[in-house]
Amino acid sequence: MQFISYLINGISLGSVYAIIALGYTMVYGIAKMLNFAHGDVIMVGGYMVFIFMVNLGLPAIVSIVLAMAVCTVLGIVIETVAYRPLRGAPSLAVLITAIGVSYLLQNLALLIWGSTPKSFTSVVNMEPLRLAGGQLVITGESIVTIGVCIVVMVGLSLFINRTRMGRAMLAVSEDKGAAQLMGVNVNGTIMLTFAIGSALAAVAGALLCSSYPMLLPTTGSMPGIKAFVAAVFGGIGSVPGAMLGGILLGIIETLSKAYISTQLSDAIVFSVLIIVLLVKPTGILGKKISEKV
Amino acid sequence: MGLKNLGRTSRKNLVTYLIAVLAFVILEGMVLTGNISNMLEGQLVPICAYVIAAVSLNLTVGILGELSLGHAGFMSVGAFAGALFSVSMEDTITVTWLRFVLALIIGAVAAGAMGVLIGIPVLRLQGDYLAIVTLAFGEIIKNVLNAVYLGVDENGLHFSMKDSIALGLSENGKVLIKGAQGIVGTPRDSTFIWGFALVMLTLFIVLNLIKSRTGRAVMSIRDNRIAAESVGINITKYKMIAFSLSAALAGVAGVLYAHSFSSLVASKFDYNLSIQILVFVVLGGIGSIRGSMIAAAVLTVLPEMLRSFSEYRMLVYAIVLIVMMIFNQSPKMVEWRKRVFAGRLKGAGHNAAKKGGA
Repeated sequence: MQFISYLINGISLGSVYAIIALGYTMVYGIAKMLNFAHGDVIMVGGYMVFIFMVNLGLPAIVSIVLAMAVCTVLGIVIETVAYRPLRGAPSLAVLITAIGVSYLLQNLALLIWGSTPKSFTSVVNMEPLRLAGGQLVITGESIVTIGVCIVVMVGLSLFINRTRMGRAMLAVSEDKGAAQLMGVNVNGTIMLTFAIGSALAAVAGALLCSSYPMLLPTTGSMPGIKAFVAAVFGGIGSVPGAMLGGILLGIIETLSKAYISTQLSDAIVFSVLIIVLLVKPTGILGKKISEKV
Repeated sequence: MGLKNLGRTSRKNLVTYLIAVLAFVILEGMVLTGNISNMLEGQLVPICAYVIAAVSLNLTVGILGELSLGHAGFMSVGAFAGALFSVSMEDTITVTWLRFVLALIIGAVAAGAMGVLIGIPVLRLQGDYLAIVTLAFGEIIKNVLNAVYLGVDENGLHFSMKDSIALGLSENGKVLIKGAQGIVGTPRDSTFIWGFALVMLTLFIVLNLIKSRTGRAVMSIRDNRIAAESVGINITKYKMIAFSLSAALAGVAGVLYAHSFSSLVASKFDYNLSIQILVFVVLGGIGSIRGSMIAAAVLTVLPEMLRSFSEYRMLVYAIVLIVMMIFNQSPKMVEWRKRVFAGRLKGAGHNAAKKGGA
């Protein structure tokens, strides 16, 4: 019974990773860049929900929607100011810029909100579910997180495959030049991708801080990196892959915390990345990309 | 042989050595005459360590053209290996310089070996993947070192991942690594003179490597991997040489750093330190060894002197990183600069900008 409860916790944590990983994988698929600042957008989302909900006393749903709006704007600003000028530049330059943006967000947050952790009030107001005569308790946060993850996943898949804008995203990720020739607005599509990714980051921030109610300027960085691991694990560029990778990684982390060692759980998670890259560099659901000379 | 007979690179390298010597002479003069603040004096050895770390990272980032985000991890391997040796041999080897030299060799070899070990899986990857895997390795090394307990008694070494009681030491036993508390009681063997000597050694190794056949092979991989492969350059071999040498030198920096403080914790060598070293490299100019050296020294001293400013230090670093990258590497900016300066500008950062992405 204890194992099942760990498993559910793992799936819940993994759902948060999956939502974050979606942002990574979409941006990577389309802009071919690793957006290091994604994890810090999560942190900004967390602080925004905190401000709207605790300081201004707004209802949870409204706070999350407002935080999503703020993060969307933030994502668009980051893309326009920092990443767009570097389109076509070597990947090393883009990567270093992304690290710079990540650091900028963290240190701005540090200046604005200070280094004392804020205790986050859960956005979920739901009684825990008791099963098997009270032996198995599933928290409201877990249920909501898993539910949100499924909704986001289905919604995003429909959006990408069924709408014009979604298909434009697919076209840009396949071949930027050809997409432009077919009349796709490439810059607009990339901006849209950042906007969606950042809005999802705000959701992830609210859910993450509800389950682990400690808000710090560095809150986002570790989950961000782990979500990237999840995206690679599932196959970068693939939406179902991000979902699968996120949930598997969440389970691995929770189980290794429970049965092996709390201190070493991060090391185990990162070892997964290395093993995946050694054995199947394209990830579980990734496509093989042949290299052009 | 006059100065004029030397090649352009040799003259440039000579200037680099001269800057290092000059800085050393001035600082050592200040120390000897007592015209130095306590704070700066305490920073002298760490500055040397940062310079070595920055120069060695530049070997990976600037010369090999791959981003490593786990440089602090290699420093920490070197630091722990060297400090462990010094702590356990403190009573056996009483000659300070001999002990320190041996610690340096052990630290460099340990970090270099770790570089080879990590290089095998990592160097098959490129770009973003390589960056994230080195980051992961840095975190793994930190986490593992944080959980390790090691003790010694007359029965030999005892090892545990739990706590110091689980080591089961006898009464005369001594705990060498205490998990998150790290290594305590490292003899403070490193001095500013040692630091300077090691900086010179690092400069000598790296500058000569760049000038050599091996260095040219490494740079050709950076500029165009496929073209390099097609003329018969063994990509894996040369990547491995550059990467493991960079790791070994980071290990030297780690040993130097560890021996300037009496306690050593793994959490010091975290992601932030890796980024800080990267900032030195980027600010000094990717590919410019002299730039890394100057940036590392200046950026370590400056925040110490401007205490009130230290709150904004990381913020400024971040902005500098972004602005530098956009200014140096954005295709539009590169074009604009070409128009304005009409070929006059040929900085090191610009050369690195030509790195061909495959």
